[in-house]
Amino acid sequence: MARSYLFIPGNHPAMIQNADVFGADALIFDLEDAVAAHEKDAARLLLAGFLAKARPQGVRVYVRINGLDTPLACKDLEAVVGDAVDGIVLPKAGMSELMELSTILHNLEAQKGLAKKIAILPIVETAKSLVEVEEIAKLSRLDGILLGAEDLSADMEFERTKAGTEIEYPRARIAFACKAARIEAIDTPFTDTNDPDGLREDCLHSQSLGMNAKAAIHPNQIETIHAVFSPSPKRIEWALRIRAAARKAGEQNLGVFSLDGKMVDKPIIDRAEKILRAAERFGLLPEERA
Amino acid sequence: MKPGIAGTLESNDAIFTVRPASTRHVVIHSVVDAFYHDQIAQVIETTLDELAITGLDVLCEDKGALDYTLRARLIAAIQRMEA
Amino acid sequence: MRNAAGRVVPDGMPAFAGADAYRSHSRVLLSQEPRKHPPVFYSSLSAVFAAAPVVDGMTLSFHHHLRNGDKVTNAVCAEILRRGLKNLTLAPSSVFPTNAILAELIQAGHVTNLRTNYINGPAALPIEAGKLRGLLLMDTHGGRARAIESGELPIDVAFLAAPAVDRNGNGSGTMGPAACGSLGYAQPDLHYAKYVVLVTDTVVDSLDRIDLDGAFVDAVLVVDSIGDPEGIVSGTTRITRDPVGLKIARDAARFLWEVGAIRPGFSMQTGAGGTSLAVAAQVRSLMREHGIRGSFASGGITGYYVDMLEEGLFDHLYDVQCFDLSAVRSLAKNALHQAISASRYGNPFDHDPIVDQLSFVILGATEIDLNFHVNVTTDSFGRLIGGSGGHADTAHGAKITVITTNLTKARLPIVKQRVTTLTTPGEDVDVLVTERGIAIRPDRIDLIAATRNSRLPIRTIEDLLQTAHALSGVPKELPHGTRIIGHVLYRDGTVIDNLYQPSQD
Repeated sequence: MARSYLFIPGNHPAMIQNADVFGADALIFDLEDAVAAHEKDAARLLLAGFLAKARPQGVRVYVRINGLDTPLACKDLEAVVGDAVDGIVLPKAGMSELMELSTILHNLEAQKGLAKKIAILPIVETAKSLVEVEEIAKLSRLDGILLGAEDLSADMEFERTKAGTEIEYPRARIAFACKAARIEAIDTPFTDTNDPDGLREDCLHSQSLGMNAKAAIHPNQIETIHAVFSPSPKRIEWALRIRAAARKAGEQNLGVFSLDGKMVDKPIIDRAEKILRAAERFGLLPEERA
Repeated sequence: MKPGIAGTLESNDAIFTVRPASTRHVVIHSVVDAFYHDQIAQVIETTLDELAITGLDVLCEDKGALDYTLRARLIAAIQRMEA
Repeated sequence: MRNAAGRVVPDGMPAFAGADAYRSHSRVLLSQEPRKHPPVFYSSLSAVFAAAPVVDGMTLSFHHHLRNGDKVTNAVCAEILRRGLKNLTLAPSSVFPTNAILAELIQAGHVTNLRTNYINGPAALPIEAGKLRGLLLMDTHGGRARAIESGELPIDVAFLAAPAVDRNGNGSGTMGPAACGSLGYAQPDLHYAKYVVLVTDTVVDSLDRIDLDGAFVDAVLVVDSIGDPEGIVSGTTRITRDPVGLKIARDAARFLWEVGAIRPGFSMQTGAGGTSLAVAAQVRSLMREHGIRGSFASGGITGYYVDMLEEGLFDHLYDVQCFDLSAVRSLAKNALHQAISASRYGNPFDHDPIVDQLSFVILGATEIDLNFHVNVTTDSFGRLIGGSGGHADTAHGAKITVITTNLTKARLPIVKQRVTTLTTPGEDVDVLVTERGIAIRPDRIDLIAATRNSRLPIRTIEDLLQTAHALSGVPKELPHGTRIIGHVLYRDGTVIDNLYQPSQD
């Protein structure tokens, strides 16, 4: 469970070593678009060295590798797959690429004697992968699916706008596929790093379509993303009251009960528990302050 | 063989320039030389030992890179020289 | 002997005895002598030198309100050189890179002693090389005012840049091409120097305001230009975009919020650095969000604080120097924006110094150690890179003193076992905010208690040092040089540390 996935350029030592100070729930170290073609080798070595010696604690760590259609992808995987990495972010991911990546990871895990399974976070950024997203979402190893709106807009030949009406359909479709498969629906980054109000609007919009997290391309975006994708103090308080009332009802063997004059049944209790799980994961429960 | 060069002069990075040579010869220019010279030299020597390189001219221009960055830049420079 | 901060002070020098030791002393004040004759107007510096007269062995003073655009100090230095004067003491309130000519005067022995609050640039080089024959004494802004008013720093001739002057010798800081606003640091020199020269490029019939009282002026020197307005603006008046700096600023503001320091009627000061201004921006949004109006902001004033005043977030600005032209314009037109003297600002013996009324101050550090001692005077090699300015004054006065800094810069840990040079004693410092945690001085049990139930990353300073060492490795300890080239003076004029010639290896 994560609200924010912060991209960190893979060949930038100063940013890599400070990646963990901004409170992002997950980090994506980028070997793809953030690294110039002639620096791919250096970035790979740098990132592998960093992960081996200084992997940040208390945060999920992903690496975006270069596309499987390039000779770089296998070198990237060979260099970074290990205990320090939680998952691989795959650009331009379709069903066939994801099956291929899964096989490569399986072999690398065996070869390196890893006890854990490396997760996959596909980026849906082509029309083709969007129309197979329900199939993609069912694959094992997936932590979630990330929408890549910039590349998708190129493929679809539509213009990206701040309002984002052109990506309502992809957002909703990915969100449904992810929710059905019980994985994370991660929204495309907001590309203006200097517009917190615009970012907030964009987060609220994607949340209203079912997205539950967002990628960030600048540390200054984390605070706003968390503000939107965290359960609000009011919701947490409500959920805690539901939980308390449900426990009390349980002691009295009541299946259905009312709170504040409203009927409370299982779906509402489940919703409350979901909010509390998120609140606990993000350290937002009031008890934790004691 | 052409020299191998890797890295940048940004803060927390370093540029390594390496050339083939019959013995090891390491020159370090670092903004933190007074405080970390020995540690930087140690990283370079250890990395060359690991790679079993007995002869190399190494120029390290350091802007406060951490050990793993120094090591990564040195290896990248060597691989580029060999490529 | 060892002073109260554990530093060895040479025999015969007054040793720092604790930040509150001044309270057991009473104020010493020279009398202010209004002049019996109106000032004489000159058009040549040479004529002023002859009239004063300026002779070997004298002490000459300057203010630094024109900062890196200052031409007055440089013109006086050139005249000293031309006349071949010897053994002078210079007492500018600060020395900037533009004052490069001073290096030549030090090299050749024209200037043998320097007393200032801040120095960086070429003039520092011969001092580091041991060429200053006497000593470099570095005051705080408040300490300089105290030293001058008490006669500890007697000034023979003060050359005071005045952006506009009227026929009676009154000066204004807000008119003329080199308008620089408040002339707070010039006030002690004006009132206590034996001979006072206003240097101006603008003579007018009437002034919009009087910053320099003509009753204490002996001479007015009219020149083509006293300063370059471009250089007046401090280089660091923009909010940082650096994510680490912003993270530190956010945590500092959250800390102040959690401990209840941002409440109706509070007062604050920040430096003009990018991170300090980012803290101000965070505080501003908290004030808006919660409808809080503060009493005042003080110190060097930027346009950012002017905006906050105009927005109604503060009752007043108390301005000892303007950091940009927006502050200059505001000072000229807004009665709520008031100029204050260096003494009113930070003199420990002033009846009501502004620094003592501060709820909190945000300050920087080039080094901070396990005792919370702060260095802003030298780098870790011992090279001169600044000085206290108002650092120790505000740190002592403010109820909460917050140091904001990166934990490491280009690998080098900013948290040290022991600072290279001690500028502000740990007893004046309360909190250190870094990107990897916040450390509170153990004796501030109130602040520790107030943040115990917060989600702030509170850690011990020892823990932060460990973290820095884990990231960077333990830096080699550099032994300081053996030759003393000067002293860092605390606000009361006692020696808090020595300045050593950096070892040349």
